[in-house]
Amino acid sequence: MRRWLPGLLLVTPSIIAIAVFVYGMLGWNFRLAMTDKHDEVSEGSFVGLENFVTLWDQKRWGISVDHAIVFTVVFVFGALLLGWLLALLMEKGIRGEGTFRAIYLFPMAISFVATGVVWRWLMNSAQGERAVGLNRLLDGLGLGSFQWGWFRDPDWGMAAMAVPAIWQMSGYVMALFLAGFRGVPEELREAARVDGCTEWGVYRHIVLPLLRPVTLSALIILGHISLKVFDLIVAVSGKQIITDVPAVFMWVAVFDSHDPAKGATIASYIVLAVSVFVIPYLVWTLRRERRS
Amino acid sequence: MTTATKTPPAPGPVRAADPGARARRRARLSRGLRLTVLLVFLVVFLIPIYVLLVTSFKPLTEADPSRAWALPEVWTFEPWRVAWEKLAPGIWNSVLLAVPGSLISAALGSMNGYVLSKWRFPGADVLFTLFLFGMFIPYQGVMIPLVQLLVELNEITRDLTGASGVFYGAIPGLLLAHVVYGIPICTLIFRNYYVTIPDELIEAARVDGAGMLRTYRSVVLPVSGPAFAVVVIWQFTSLWNDFLFAVFLTGPQSWPTTVMLNNIAGAQTVPYSQQMAAALLASIPTMIIYVLLGRFFMRGLMAGALKG
Amino acid sequence: MRRQWMAAVAVTMAGLLTLSACGGGGGDGGGGGAPQSPQADARKKVEVFSWWTGPGEADGLKAMREIFEKQNTGLEFFDAAVAGGSGDKARALLATKLQADTPPDTFQGHAGAELQGYIKAGDLEPVNFLYDELKLRDVFPQQLIDQISVQGQIYSVPVNIHRSNVMWFNPAVLKEAGVTEVPATIEEFVAALEKVKKAGKIPLSIGSEWTMVHLLESVLLGSLGTDAYNRLWTAGSDWSGPAMTKALNDFKTILSYAGDPADDWQPAAKQVADGQAAFNIMGDWAYGYFHNPPDGGLGKTSKTDFDWAPSPGTGGTFMWLSDSFTLPKGAPNRDGAVAWLKVAASKEGQDAFNPKKGSIPARKDADSGLYTDYLADALKDWGSDKLAGSIQHGVVANDAWRAAINEAVGIFHADKDVAALQSSLAEAAKSSGQ
Repeated sequence: MRRWLPGLLLVTPSIIAIAVFVYGMLGWNFRLAMTDKHDEVSEGSFVGLENFVTLWDQKRWGISVDHAIVFTVVFVFGALLLGWLLALLMEKGIRGEGTFRAIYLFPMAISFVATGVVWRWLMNSAQGERAVGLNRLLDGLGLGSFQWGWFRDPDWGMAAMAVPAIWQMSGYVMALFLAGFRGVPEELREAARVDGCTEWGVYRHIVLPLLRPVTLSALIILGHISLKVFDLIVAVSGKQIITDVPAVFMWVAVFDSHDPAKGATIASYIVLAVSVFVIPYLVWTLRRERRS
Repeated sequence: MTTATKTPPAPGPVRAADPGARARRRARLSRGLRLTVLLVFLVVFLIPIYVLLVTSFKPLTEADPSRAWALPEVWTFEPWRVAWEKLAPGIWNSVLLAVPGSLISAALGSMNGYVLSKWRFPGADVLFTLFLFGMFIPYQGVMIPLVQLLVELNEITRDLTGASGVFYGAIPGLLLAHVVYGIPICTLIFRNYYVTIPDELIEAARVDGAGMLRTYRSVVLPVSGPAFAVVVIWQFTSLWNDFLFAVFLTGPQSWPTTVMLNNIAGAQTVPYSQQMAAALLASIPTMIIYVLLGRFFMRGLMAGALKG
Repeated sequence: MRRQWMAAVAVTMAGLLTLSACGGGGGDGGGGGAPQSPQADARKKVEVFSWWTGPGEADGLKAMREIFEKQNTGLEFFDAAVAGGSGDKARALLATKLQADTPPDTFQGHAGAELQGYIKAGDLEPVNFLYDELKLRDVFPQQLIDQISVQGQIYSVPVNIHRSNVMWFNPAVLKEAGVTEVPATIEEFVAALEKVKKAGKIPLSIGSEWTMVHLLESVLLGSLGTDAYNRLWTAGSDWSGPAMTKALNDFKTILSYAGDPADDWQPAAKQVADGQAAFNIMGDWAYGYFHNPPDGGLGKTSKTDFDWAPSPGTGGTFMWLSDSFTLPKGAPNRDGAVAWLKVAASKEGQDAFNPKKGSIPARKDADSGLYTDYLADALKDWGSDKLAGSIQHGVVANDAWRAAINEAVGIFHADKDVAALQSSLAEAAKSSGQ
């Protein structure tokens, strides 16, 4: 005990803080979600999981969940793919690598409070003669047939909403992958080459498996950002149904509809959705650590 | 890394394969191709920045989405002057917030990471898992109880010290919220980084009679630079750019830059060029941090990366 | 070893609490929290909470502030305005402040159902004493006083009146399309929209989803008639009947002539000013945007570059909304707040504020010479027209109801299903009926 007690004491303040600010809040939230406190003045009594069930009867909830899925898939894969591609292109060293890296990372430094307006301009839905923003650019480049409604497209609008998010985060993913590539010991590659592996073979059999942990941590970071996405959507489109996601719906439920129980229910679903991403990751990481 | 011209490119097919002319030509071709693709992406990445920049030099009459691509017909620095005027009251608040905030976060993360990887107690892994869940709270959902909690902290400190309004409505409350909600990610980064330090080093120090803190100071801290860089960059960025906590937890006197930035837009007319100049102004400090710590950032990621 | 533990705990505790308190430079006071500075100093500040930060609105606020500070040398006006989404962010922030019992000294709210939400939650103090002292009952219109009262208690001081049912149009575009008469009924409006469409211009410009709700309120008023519209907000209202079905079908028809949704109301209004679009239905804050010189607006000439009329079918009715200031319970500086309310209620204050904001004063005795062009029209109509309250701007439907209507319209915009819209609206009326 003498051995580990100091360590425990050192993290105690963090434990207390997390207990209050994270678990206290989560507890408050789950408790609220299980009451019928549908306005700010009533006391609210326990109704079990009723709110969790009735939420699915609401058309808007279905819409926002669909949107979140489209957004998550496009954003996570888009950012992973683009980040990986950029890292692959830079891996072997390129003139001005520092500059490239800095510029790819730069979007991370700006908040959407600042860039929301620009993205709204760029993703303007007008086409043809009245086109502005990216549609005008496409037109000017002779790619006029690629113009579309961006985030106002009724079917794939959320895919467009992922574009600014990819822009912001793919630099970070690139840095992660680049670090991953550079972390692969040269001897390993050399050995494979001596064994007659082609470059692609080396990549496929040596590098890729070693990148798995990087990919996974990038996946977690992107995944939880995407399920909580709020700033970006409010900054670009506001609180419109056409770009509604659970986090925006929750804001409306709490602050516009003044329905605390409904807001808490949506918040609970967001936390649950994030856990689905995270728990398998944690289990996997800890088990692997213990093995080694 | 920028000296690729003098030395042959880092490990690649060229060095491994037959050093014949064909291979060299192919390598040059592939390098040219890679450079081209990277440049194309560079241009794409800079599109929003270009629009921000050109619009910020336009008089308000020219600042319109239909002229987003055009250079200003009349160049003016007026939007920048106004933007500076409007942001200025918030900048010092942001500094007071982001500098101590990122340093405290890094210090806490480092200690937590150290204990959870090298000085474990029973249940340390479970605790780590529980910590990580802090990352996943949707903050908008807990804003009301959070405000109430800080109001209570205000009352406690008033009873204890007589100073009122210490936490809610002022920078310290905002700082506290950011530091606490930053614990999970900072702990994660440091823990993953410290796992790469061989246990033997810690053991050796312990055999020499060093206690927990001395081991930390003499063995762990000296090699922590890159991880500090990653955490400071991450936290500084999120503290500096945060709007939600800022507007809810502080009052007009302690509003940071982002709230001032938000207030440039009116309900009646939106002075776009001022808004864009302000957006660029507000991101300069984060840019400086990226440039200053960028090299360490890569190194920190590299050291921690393969550990997931 | 033991000393080390203590050191460890001390170091981290310091990191968490003390450092965060000191690191931020000690308490700055401010915000909703009670200011830490000595009493005498703290009494001076009056925190005025609003969402007026842009050109026009903030200028109006500043004009009132100057009067306030001249009359109250011991008080300092403290501007706590937060911009965004027509007060969306400000109202969310306000809700948290009120729930935590840390209200500002006074805050802006829309007179009517929105304000009654605060009254029912017990957040506001009645200001009857002010109405008695300043004889305000004589200068504000009776319907306005009804909208800010509950059971004989009056809860706020209205500073301005805006009109919601205004149709803005571009005379040149109408002429080019062969529309000779300004459409006065919904049928004429649809015919005009068709002509403009044939001429290749945008018949009706539209912005984000809330501007569609704004359009809906004008169409409901025009299609149902003023009395039926006003009955919608009383007990036993009929949202499911055939008249409503017809009104919603009118809405669908009109919306089918709308161009690509612009980002917000300003770009939509600008399409009219620039001659790309013929019509836009928006509140009269658009006048300031059209008319004010560049930097605060588009600098267009009224009657030639743009013109206005009541939205189709609503001639003779003024659909209004009003900004008002309140006295929250537990205001840290109550005396200061009362002093502010006096300025906001005064003729001098309202005549300083409104010409800049581009609205008309709530008082009946304002100096009419200050209100020219469109505002003169509005002032005249306000005195003679029948009244109806706006939905989107907080007069007739409370926040929850309004949110439900916005949701229904947002979904309708995607699926264009009139029956579903009608049943959602009826449902919203049933569950939020006041």
